[in-house]
Amino acid sequence: MGKHVLLIEDEENIAEAIRFILVRDGWQVTHLAEGGGAARRAAELMPDLVILDHMLPGASGLEILAALRAQAKTALLPVLMLTARGQPRDREAAERAGANRFMAKPFANADILAEVRAMTGTAGPESGPENGLGNGPGGQG
Amino acid sequence: MPFNVLVLACLAYVIFLFSVAFLVERRAMAGRLGWLRSPLVYTLSLSIYCTAWTFYGAVGYAARSGLEFLTIYFGPTLVFVGWWWVLRKLVRIGRQHRVTSIADLISSRFGKSNLLGVIVTVMAVVATTPYIALQLQSVVLSFGVFASATPDGFTPPDAEQTAIWVAAGLAVFTTIFGTRNLDAKEQHHGIVTAIAVEAVVKLVALLAVGIFVVWGLAGGIGATLERIDASGLAAWDMQPGRWTGLLFLSAAAVICLPRMFQVLVVENSDEGHLATASWAFPAYLLAMSLFIVPIAVIGLDRLPEGANPDMFVLTLPLSEGQGGLAMLAFLGGFSSATSMVIVEAIALATMVSNHIVMPVWLWLRPAVAMSADLRGVVLNARRLSIGAVLAMGYGYYHLSGGSAALAAIGLIAFVGVAQFLPAMIAGIFWRGATRIGAALGLVTGFVVWAYALFLPSFGPDAVYSAQFLAEGPMAIGWLRPQALFGVEAMDPLTHALFWSLMLNATAFFIGSVLTFPGPVERLQGAAFVNVFDDQATDPRRWSHGQAEPEQLLVMAQRILGDDAAQSLFEAAAQAQGKSDSLLPDPTPEFLSDLERRLSGSVGAATAHAMISQLVGGATVSVEDLMAVASESAQMMEYSAQLEAQREKLSRTAGALREANEKLTRLSVQKDTFLSQISHELRTPMTSIRAFSEILTEGDLPPGMVTKSGRVIQDEAKRLTRLLDDLLDLSVLENGKVSLSISLANLREMIDRAIQAAEQVKPERGFTFHRDLAAENIFLRTDADRLTQVLINLISNARKYCDAKHPEIRITIRIKAGRAVIDVADNGKGIPKDAQSTIFEKFTRLPNESRAKGAGLGLAICREIVVNLGGTIAYLPGQGGAAFRVSLPLRLEAKAA
Repeated sequence: MGKHVLLIEDEENIAEAIRFILVRDGWQVTHLAEGGGAARRAAELMPDLVILDHMLPGASGLEILAALRAQAKTALLPVLMLTARGQPRDREAAERAGANRFMAKPFANADILAEVRAMTGTAGPESGPENGLGNGPGGQG
Repeated sequence: MPFNVLVLACLAYVIFLFSVAFLVERRAMAGRLGWLRSPLVYTLSLSIYCTAWTFYGAVGYAARSGLEFLTIYFGPTLVFVGWWWVLRKLVRIGRQHRVTSIADLISSRFGKSNLLGVIVTVMAVVATTPYIALQLQSVVLSFGVFASATPDGFTPPDAEQTAIWVAAGLAVFTTIFGTRNLDAKEQHHGIVTAIAVEAVVKLVALLAVGIFVVWGLAGGIGATLERIDASGLAAWDMQPGRWTGLLFLSAAAVICLPRMFQVLVVENSDEGHLATASWAFPAYLLAMSLFIVPIAVIGLDRLPEGANPDMFVLTLPLSEGQGGLAMLAFLGGFSSATSMVIVEAIALATMVSNHIVMPVWLWLRPAVAMSADLRGVVLNARRLSIGAVLAMGYGYYHLSGGSAALAAIGLIAFVGVAQFLPAMIAGIFWRGATRIGAALGLVTGFVVWAYALFLPSFGPDAVYSAQFLAEGPMAIGWLRPQALFGVEAMDPLTHALFWSLMLNATAFFIGSVLTFPGPVERLQGAAFVNVFDDQATDPRRWSHGQAEPEQLLVMAQRILGDDAAQSLFEAAAQAQGKSDSLLPDPTPEFLSDLERRLSGSVGAATAHAMISQLVGGATVSVEDLMAVASESAQMMEYSAQLEAQREKLSRTAGALREANEKLTRLSVQKDTFLSQISHELRTPMTSIRAFSEILTEGDLPPGMVTKSGRVIQDEAKRLTRLLDDLLDLSVLENGKVSLSISLANLREMIDRAIQAAEQVKPERGFTFHRDLAAENIFLRTDADRLTQVLINLISNARKYCDAKHPEIRITIRIKAGRAVIDVADNGKGIPKDAQSTIFEKFTRLPNESRAKGAGLGLAICREIVVNLGGTIAYLPGQGGAAFRVSLPLRLEAKAA
C-alpha cells in the first residue's frame, strides 16, 4: 500500500504523465480534472500530498489552496503547486496562499519525483510510513 | 427637335431627380446631412412659390396686363423683408409646437380643435386642386407645343394620356419620398433637396431664355428698352386698388399656401435660415422676374398674331430654331410644375390624413387604436391621400378641359387660401381670438370666395346661368356674385378678395369677442402669442408701496437662499446710502430689481404676483393668474426637457463608466498578456517534455510508446495552431493583411462554414434555421476570411450551446448598403459582465470547461471583420448567445 497523492490538474495529458511517473514509483494517485469541490475531496481523501495546478476550471488553484488552508483538517496538508505562468509574481502569490513548494511547467520528470519525495520526507513511498509534515491520523479514507 | 428626344430628356431628368432624392434620404438616414441643411437649400426650396404659372404664365400675364405681374413678386418680397415680425414667429411656433401643416397650426392654436382642422383641410383641398390641375395642364401644353413644332408629321400625343402619365408619375415620386417615415416633425430631406435642384433648373432656364431674347433677338439692352417703350406695355394703366389688392394677396398667399407653409415652416430645420432667406428669396424672385417683360415684348413682336403668350418662353426659342434652349426652357417649366405638385400633394395629404382619415379611422375602430401600432395606418392614410389629391387634380383638369388662362386659376387659388390669413395672423398676435370666431371667419370667407369667385370661374352657364350672374339669385340685385351689396366698381378678383376677407375678418372678430375661450384655448393662445417671451418683462412699474422690507427679505430668502438674498438687500441698502442697515427702502427701483432677480428663479409671472401680494394695492388679476398658468405650462415643458437632458447625461455617464471599467479590465488583461502567452505555450510543452522523457527511459509498459507518441503529436499540433493564431492575429491587428477581394455568394460561404464547424462536437445534433433566399446575395469581400469568421461563430455555438435541442439561427438583412449577419444559438448565452471582454485576446468564459482554443477565436473574428470594413458585436437579449456581423456589401480594395 503506497502513499497517496491527490493530483488536481485539468490538462489531461499532463495529468497522465504525472500519474505514470508517480505510479511507477509506487504511489497511489487520485486525479481530479477540475477545481470545483476539490478542497472537500481532499478532506475526504486526506492524501499525503496534493499536487495542484494553478489554472483550473471551476475554481482556481489559489482558491483551492485557500480553501484547504481554511479547513482545519487540511490546513497543514503539503501542497505542491504547478504553474505554467512562469512569472515571479505567480510564485509569490502561490507562496502567500500557503503552497509548500512551487514548480514551473514544463518540468523534468526527475525533478517532480524528487520534489514529491522530499516533501513527504521519504526516499520513496516504500521507505517508511512516517510522515514528514505530520498530517492527521489515518493515511486515507 | 425630335419629340422623342424631348421625352427621353424628360425621363432622364426625372430619374436624376429620383437619384438626388434617394441619395439625400440615404444620407439623412445615416445622419450625414451636412451642407444639405444649409440656408441656401432652404431658400431654394422656397422657390416652389414660382410654379409653372410663374414660369410660363408671368410672360402671358405681362403680355395681357402690363407690369401688374410684378405684384406677384412684390408681395412675397415684402413678407420676407419683414420676416422679423411674422415669419420668425410662425417658424418659432411651428418648431415649438411641432406643427405639421397649416391646418394643424390653426387647429392647435384654437384649443387643438379638430373641427378647425377639418375646415382648413377642406378649404385647402378645394382651393388648390385647380392649382394642381393647372400644373398638369402646363406640362401637357408645353408637350403640345413641342409636338406641333416637330416637322416630320409626328402625331401629337394625346393630351389626356400625357396628363394621366404625369399625374401618376408624380404620385409615385411623392409617395416614395413623402411617406418614407413618420416623424413627429414632418421633414422630407430628399424631396426638399430635389426641389432645390429644380429651383436652380428653372432659374437657369428662364435666365437663359431671357439672355437669348435680349442679346440674341433684340440686340442688346438698349435696343430692348426701346422696344419696350415702343410697345406701350409699361404704360398700361395701373389701378391702385387692384395693385394694392394683388400685393396684399400674394403676400398672404406666400404664407397661407399649404405648400409654402410646408417648406417655410414644417421643413425648416433652423430658424437662422430665415435670416438668409429674407434677402436671398427676394433676390431669387428678382432674378426670375428680370426678363419677363423683354420676353413678353419680343414675343408679341416676333411671333404671329394669336400665339398664346403663356407659351412664349417655349415658342420664342423654338421659332428661332434654338432646340436646345427650348428643351432647357421646357425642363424649367417641367421643374416648376412638378415641384409644386409634389410639395402641395404632401402638404394636403398630411392634412387629409391627420385631420380627416385618422379621426374617422380612430372613431370607427377605437379598440384597435388603443393598442395597435398606428404608424402603418398613418402612412397608408397618407399614401392614399396623396393618390386622392393627385387624382382630384387630374379630375379637375379633365373636367375643365384645360382652357382657362394660367394666371386666372392661380389667383383664384390665392384668394381661396388667403382666407386662412385672419385666423392665422390673429391667432399668433391676439390672445382674445377664439375657436368659434376662427370657425365663423373661415367658413364665411370660404363661402364668399366660392360664391363670388370660384364658381363663376367655370364660365357662364357652367354653374351659374348668365341670368344668375347678371341679376343675382331670384333677381335679388345685391346678391349678384360679382357685385355683392351693389358694389360694381371693382374687377371680379379684387371684388371677391375684398368681400371674402372683409366678411371673414368681421365674422372672426365678432365671433371672438362674443365667445369665451376654453381653458386649452387660453393656454395655447398664450403660448402662441407669447412665443418669444421667455422672460416677459412687465412694463408695469411698482409704485412706492407699503411693503415691509423685512417681509420682502423673508420671501427673497425663501426663493434665492439666505446668503444671496441678504447680500442683494445689503447691496441695495448701501446703494441707497443706508450703510448702517441691512434693509433697503422698498423704492420702485429696488422692487423692479428684486422682481427681475426672483423671476430668474420662479418665472416672471410668479415673481410679479408674489411681490404684488406684499406690496399690496396691486391685486392679482385674472391676467396674472393666466400668465402664471401658461408659465407653468412652459415650465412643465421646460422641466420635461430638463428631464430628457438629465437622462441623456446619465446615459453618457453610464457609457463613460462602462468605458472606464472596460479600460481597467483591458489594462489588467494587457498586464497578464505575457502570463497568458506563457501559459498557453508552456502547457503543451509540459506534456511534450514529460512524455518524451518517458520515451527515452525505456522499459515501458505495452502501449505506452504509442500513447506517448500520440500525445507528443497532438500537443505539437496544438502549439502550431496557437502560433498560427497568434501570427494571424498580429498580422490582422497591424492592418498589413492582404485581402483577396472578389464577388462571392454568401450562401455558399455559410454552407462551407457549417460543414467545417461540424467537427466540433459532431455527436450533437444541431438544427439550423436559415433563410436561403435572403442568403442568396453576392458580397464583394474576402470570402475565405469571412468564412473563417462564420466557422468561428458557428463552432463557438456548437461548443457552448447547452440547450437540450440545440439550434443555430442564421439571419441575413440588408440595411443601408451593408449586409447584417446574425448567428444565434438557443443556449444560456453569455453573462452580462463577460460580454464586453469576449472579443479580447485570451478571454475564455469563466467556469467554462477548457475548450480546445486559446481564447483567440473571437479576437481573430473581430480583427478580420474590421479588416473587411465591418463590425462584430455581441447581441444581447436573443435568448442565447448571438453575434451580429455587419459588413459593407461592396468592399473597396484598399489603395496600396
